[in-house]
Amino acid sequence: MNALSRPSVKERLRGSLAAMRPAPTVFADDEDLKPFETDGYIVRRATPLLAVLPETEAQVGEVVRLCREAGVPVVTRGAGTGISGGAIPCEDGVLLVVSKLRRILALDPLARLASVQPGVRNLQVSEAAAPHGLFYAPDPSSQMVCSIGGNVAENAGGVHCLKYGFTTHNVAAVRGFDGEGEAIEVGGPALDAPGYDLIALVNGSEGNLVVITGVTVRLVALPEATETMLAAFPSVRAAAEAVGEIIGAGIIPAALEMMDRIVIEACERFMGLGFPREADALLLAEVDGGRAEVDDTFARTRAILAKCGATEIRVARDEAERANLWRARKGAFTALATIHPDYYTIDGTIPRRCLPEVLDRVIEWSKEYGLTVGNVFHAGDGNIHPCIFFDSGVPGDLEKSEEFGARILELCIEVGGTITGEHGVGIEKLKQMCQQFRAPEIAAFHDVKRAFDPAGILNPGKAVPTLNRCAEWGGMHVRGGAVPRPSIPRF
Amino acid sequence: MAADFIPDLCARVAAASAARAPLSLRGGGTKDFYGHEPRGERVEMAGYSGIVAYEPKELVLTVRAGTPLVEVEKALAAERQMLAFEPPHYGSGRATIGGMVAAGLSGPRRPYAGAVRDFVLGTRVVNGKGEDLSFGGRVIKNVAGYDVSRLMAGALGTLGAITEVSFKVLPQPVSECTLSYQIDEAEATRRVNAWAGQPLPVSATAWFAGRLLVRLAGAESAVRAARAKIGGDEATDLPDFWTALRDHRIAFFSGEEPVWRVSVPQTTPPMDLGATPLVEWGGGLRWLRGALDPARVRAEAARAGGHATLFRGGDKSAGVFQPLAPAILKIHRRLKAAFDPAGILNPGRMYDL
Repeated sequence: MNALSRPSVKERLRGSLAAMRPAPTVFADDEDLKPFETDGYIVRRATPLLAVLPETEAQVGEVVRLCREAGVPVVTRGAGTGISGGAIPCEDGVLLVVSKLRRILALDPLARLASVQPGVRNLQVSEAAAPHGLFYAPDPSSQMVCSIGGNVAENAGGVHCLKYGFTTHNVAAVRGFDGEGEAIEVGGPALDAPGYDLIALVNGSEGNLVVITGVTVRLVALPEATETMLAAFPSVRAAAEAVGEIIGAGIIPAALEMMDRIVIEACERFMGLGFPREADALLLAEVDGGRAEVDDTFARTRAILAKCGATEIRVARDEAERANLWRARKGAFTALATIHPDYYTIDGTIPRRCLPEVLDRVIEWSKEYGLTVGNVFHAGDGNIHPCIFFDSGVPGDLEKSEEFGARILELCIEVGGTITGEHGVGIEKLKQMCQQFRAPEIAAFHDVKRAFDPAGILNPGKAVPTLNRCAEWGGMHVRGGAVPRPSIPRF
Repeated sequence: MAADFIPDLCARVAAASAARAPLSLRGGGTKDFYGHEPRGERVEMAGYSGIVAYEPKELVLTVRAGTPLVEVEKALAAERQMLAFEPPHYGSGRATIGGMVAAGLSGPRRPYAGAVRDFVLGTRVVNGKGEDLSFGGRVIKNVAGYDVSRLMAGALGTLGAITEVSFKVLPQPVSECTLSYQIDEAEATRRVNAWAGQPLPVSATAWFAGRLLVRLAGAESAVRAARAKIGGDEATDLPDFWTALRDHRIAFFSGEEPVWRVSVPQTTPPMDLGATPLVEWGGGLRWLRGALDPARVRAEAARAGGHATLFRGGDKSAGVFQPLAPAILKIHRRLKAAFDPAGILNPGRMYDL
């Protein structure tokens, strides 16, 4: 970093950006910068020096190089829907907003590849592919608004990951600029690329390795048939067992989503689904594929649900009914949010067999903290999303919910899982990174970062904690599912 | 023995690092032919063997790197599951899991199920400093930290000695059948790509000698329905064909002539590379035999958007793998220097790094 004051760095950069031909849109006034102060992790805010909105790939490269020369951090922002704070600006840096790079450049239906700019919305790709009988599989629940560049940065998932994979499984190539402002392209349109699998590193790198300017995504065939069913269970344990039985029977459902009692009650109140009051868990199962295949898997799935003690099974007879069944899953947070002013969604993954145990602990802690928790999650892959409800108007409530969330994440590590299944580390989970990984592993992550960005200007301070921070936090290390001193209070 | 393996390996690598003495990591030795000549003192990984954890209902398998691939496949088959990327063995049962991941090679099912890297959930490695590191994990969904575990797939042991790997596994298809069509390469390429864009249970394709073979796999009813839809004759003359193709045991691969592996976008029209290819992966993988002109093969592969590897035999002095773009090579050098500062792990096996 240079010795110039913040205002003079800002003015100098502003001058350089204005001198570009064509010059990109630049926001410099506090009022204009307001909308960019936070992303989906709204509990933290920061005002960048400048926000730059390039319209071409060349402009992006120029902006990165200018920042590199000035030693100024660059935080890249897509749609700003991330909920771990990955796109929260650096106060001494530039926010590079790619929302104007929003064109689908090419879509080859025979090759099943689409080249898109980073600001293209996730759903837009599937919409463009639909006339060709194709779709882009990763479908985070924000898919109406979230953009592909951000999806790559976060390695976004969705409800269909168990069968279709996440972003890293569905991206063929990524173009962009490394931290030195050099144009790079990783991966390619073939099924593999020479050398190290750099595309594995770029997916999920949270804007730390490459400023993405283009993504080639793989498209897959739209299923010919889809069957959706919603089953009510007397306990989370019974529902979790049904999930294991379905998968154990060789069925890979397109979606397997679970909702717990708190969520069911809220849904009942707001949507009147008419489910039995004694239901403690709802399981939403969807199977898709060719017609003949679906007929087979549907019948078997239904039989397993019944065998595992489902008290009621509803099957969607048409699209309208399918949408209705999904309403409970998709509308759950909305239903809960109407009764609680704020919520904090946790994202961790656990071995699926630990679901009942983990959910029991979460409910126990919910009582301890006096905060309501709803569980709506991807049961098929063990990705849990406990949603903690609080009131930011009540002093201490936010801190309490964050402490509660941290404990849930620690529990995920304890049972052999991970602190983030699909939302990323951002700034939210830096502390838990020190618990999931040991110092030499954290050091290796920094090595990876330096390979792409030796000066550390790309989204500094996100995704990977410094070793010093870990030391300050007194990070502890868990290995192989061993339970580390669970009784010691932390944070 | 097993308990001491990793600490011993760490000590050995650390000592080699201090002495700047190259090490050649080796599993079953079935892919010694692949890449540049192994150099350095041999480190046998095959001794570190055994399945650490396997939960069929979780679809997760954790296994020590020295475990024979056949042993893993047997354990999976007992639960009617599989490694969906259909890894090649290339040798009578000696291939190991670690070698399989390090080589990063996938078999006939790759375009329809994914590659080795797609199924790696976590790896434990000893880096070039002799540190025992774990990346990823044993759960299917995990975005904590950069995805270093996948980076190990295909890195040919140049970034670390893989000691343990966790995979996502999948159910075996209940039913399979192979269909045959007498058509030329261009028509075969067009058809297999068109089918790939439809919800059909295609699980492998191969075209050679004027004949296209297509494998369907899935529920019995699905295979039957697909067969009715895409026609063709059932190929009954080729028992065990896909396994033989996977392991290069079919006639196309016999003899001593060099084998070229050309990976291109699947819709690439037939290429003029100086030999008639065997085409796999729905058009995406083209095998060639003969002492071809490396410059021409590489240039044509690059022009199509792909890359070429001198896979087996031939004159390796002109390089085995497609040269990397300078900006990408720069990152490779830095990664290598960070994970293996003394440059002792399989030096030069992949590129000059």
